Amino acid sequence: MISRRDFLKNTAKVVAGVSIPLAAIEILSPARVHAIKADSSIRWAFLVDTYKCVGCGFCVKACKNENEIPYDANVTRTWVERYVLTKDGKLFADSPKGARDGFISTKIDLGMGNFQDVKKEDIKKAFFVPKLCNQCDNPPCVQVCPVGATYQAPDGVVMVDRTWCIGCGYCIMACPYGVRFFHPKYHTAEKCNFCYHRITKGLKTACVQACPFGARQIGNIKDPNDPIAKIITTERVGILKSEFGTKPQVFYIGLDEEVR
Amino acid sequence: MKNHVFRPLWVVIGLVVLILIIRPFYVPKDFGIHERGYMYGWYRKGNIEDWKKVSVKYQGKEYCKTCHQDKVTSIDRTPHAIIQCENCHGPAIEHPSEPPKLAIDRTRGQCLRCHAKLAYPSSDRANIRGIDPDKHNPDIECVMCHNPHNPNLEGLK
Amino acid sequence: MVHGELWTAKELFVTPNEYIYWSVQIVMYPFMTGLVAGAFVLSSLYHVFGINKLREIARFALVFSFALLFVAPVPIILHLQHPLRGVNVMMTPHFTSAIAAFGIVFSAYGAIVASELWFLYRKHFVDVALPLKEKQDKTPAEWLKFLVFCTLTLGVYDVSEDSLKRDEKAIKLLAGLGIPVACFLHGYAGFIFGSVKANALWMTPLMPVIFIMSAIVSGIALCMLTYILTMEIRKFMAKRKSASAPRHETREELQSAEVNVIRMTAKYLLFFLVFAISLELLDLIFRGYTATKSWDVLRSVIYGKDFTSIFILQYGIGNLIPLILFLTPGLTIRRAVIGVMFVLFGVFMMRWNVVIGGQAFSLTFAGYMHYHLPIIPHNIETLKEGLFGALGVFIMPFVLFYFMAKIFPVFDVKESH
Repeated sequence: MISRRDFLKNTAKVVAGVSIPLAAIEILSPARVHAIKADSSIRWAFLVDTYKCVGCGFCVKACKNENEIPYDANVTRTWVERYVLTKDGKLFADSPKGARDGFISTKIDLGMGNFQDVKKEDIKKAFFVPKLCNQCDNPPCVQVCPVGATYQAPDGVVMVDRTWCIGCGYCIMACPYGVRFFHPKYHTAEKCNFCYHRITKGLKTACVQACPFGARQIGNIKDPNDPIAKIITTERVGILKSEFGTKPQVFYIGLDEEVR
Repeated sequence: MKNHVFRPLWVVIGLVVLILIIRPFYVPKDFGIHERGYMYGWYRKGNIEDWKKVSVKYQGKEYCKTCHQDKVTSIDRTPHAIIQCENCHGPAIEHPSEPPKLAIDRTRGQCLRCHAKLAYPSSDRANIRGIDPDKHNPDIECVMCHNPHNPNLEGLK
Repeated sequence: MVHGELWTAKELFVTPNEYIYWSVQIVMYPFMTGLVAGAFVLSSLYHVFGINKLREIARFALVFSFALLFVAPVPIILHLQHPLRGVNVMMTPHFTSAIAAFGIVFSAYGAIVASELWFLYRKHFVDVALPLKEKQDKTPAEWLKFLVFCTLTLGVYDVSEDSLKRDEKAIKLLAGLGIPVACFLHGYAGFIFGSVKANALWMTPLMPVIFIMSAIVSGIALCMLTYILTMEIRKFMAKRKSASAPRHETREELQSAEVNVIRMTAKYLLFFLVFAISLELLDLIFRGYTATKSWDVLRSVIYGKDFTSIFILQYGIGNLIPLILFLTPGLTIRRAVIGVMFVLFGVFMMRWNVVIGGQAFSLTFAGYMHYHLPIIPHNIETLKEGLFGALGVFIMPFVLFYFMAKIFPVFDVKESH
């Protein structure tokens, strides 16, 4: 006959049995976690001037080539959006093929094969907004990765380990900015990583280099002498979707309330 | 105390132990908690190096200048000085060794990226000289008349 | 082709990388997990709370829950872009992700159900294994059977009164432990969606609770349906046998037993159904009343684009009609069958409207995405994440149950009095 006490002992053993593997996978050691949370002297940040952007899409073209995203696949690490606000208060916005081929027509792509031509006289304001990964300080996409295949590097760039990603798509769902997608070839989560292979060599990102108008800039926000850091810290800049608490590190000049 | 009630528990513990034995063989050695803590820094450290190893394709104007200095300096006197050579000529990669010849984009679409007139009042696009692509010689390539290396209207071919 | 592009149609302003990445298999996943949890809770109602009227269906529900358990991860595996790497979830779990808990919670739950089954059927295993052990010159089939059952006994052949009493206590404890774990298993499936702050439709703390309630509803409904089906087959068998061997349970005996069980279970179904509907409506009303930034686009999806699938298919056919069917006095088997099928359909539509509905609008709140379920498979992707993949997942537990019932006999039918 087994007593209640034996069952309690049994339960205790189950708890112990579960906690052993937990300890074994090195996640229950707060002291260790704290110790290695070292500071990095680099924190990459991006600055976009929407006044300067003309929607040529050279950035998208360069990005796709540089980062080997199949050129004709309808996904892209960076893209440019067009916003056209009319005098009667309507918003028209599009980003055909992510603006890989730029904006060469006044017709707005409404999807499903429909286009809307907005006449010059009806426009109240219209502008272009380049988009890319915000390399958030609190990246929700990293938080939700079940296997540790995406992470934030010490310099703040969020990257994906193509050898470890299981392709569940949870990070894609968790990103409020829609920057993630599945790579058509590797079938793993894919995203802008500020051209990590370039910035770590002292080069600018492909999109920054390709932009003829200086609408895109990248810098180290921890370096007080960095010209981009100076602008970000001393001028009025905005971020996208601050309500999500993600603390984006891509800053915008000339944001509008209508920008999504 | 021998008690059959614990038998399933032993099976469970056995399975857990099995997973723990397999784990060190399966998980790369450098996988663990790194700088940003468990929430944002749980990854395989070697992946950072993997990403750094990606090859650079767009080498930039300065790279072109090392051989094509004459071209670069002449374009630098025109409004197109702000445009990277590779935006039209394609990424240099290892040129001249690989690829030996670059595929130049001479299409109309390439010019229209900036020069299709979009009168957007709060964007610099409005300040670029542009045409209506449907009306301005729609059937011929821009480079038939215009020289992108000398885009001033005096430079018309 | 980009994953998701095939079945996504974009309308108005949708950003370039947005597609319906979570398709029909992610609808199936909470649906199947819900059935697991629901079936287990139903069986526990008898074991823990001693609701004797559910005795007949409890054992059945437990075995069925076990069959469903094996199917629950299948939709996820079919959905993964790298299914072989699925084991990474166990190897390097990242517990800040709701999905990482899957490996642990699911395994823990599986261990509980398997242990409970073991205690429940231990005597049966011994009863089968011992005579085979004694038997000389076994046929290969008997050898196999012997090996299977021998392993299943886990080396315990003690079937004394005393040990069986211990078994019963263990079952009660495990069933009790299983309820919170089952609720957790499904609650966290709801959490997977509810915690996605980027998705305006999903993000609500009510999501896990709504998921648990509808899980129990669907689990009970599926148990009722399968129970009725097996009883009908037994009745059919009884009818055939009654001519030759009148010693078996008669058709009428079975009929009355069946109606009693179904009426009893239906009451519990109704209770949880009303609870589930109330929560869902509360969520809807709250969203409309507070009308935050996302409400404009949500309203256009809920009352416009998805009106049919939400208000007609889910609430109308899936909730209202079963409510009427079950609340009308004098519940018959036929009406119960129709009722539970509508309930199952309703819960499926609820999952659909959450998963697909949550991706029906763009992050820009100014565009829409339409989902076209791939029907005819023309590559592995459209097979896995299409109609046939989903149907396969739905049929799988029944097939498994058929084989499992051979090891775990579900009904205590005495072959002779």
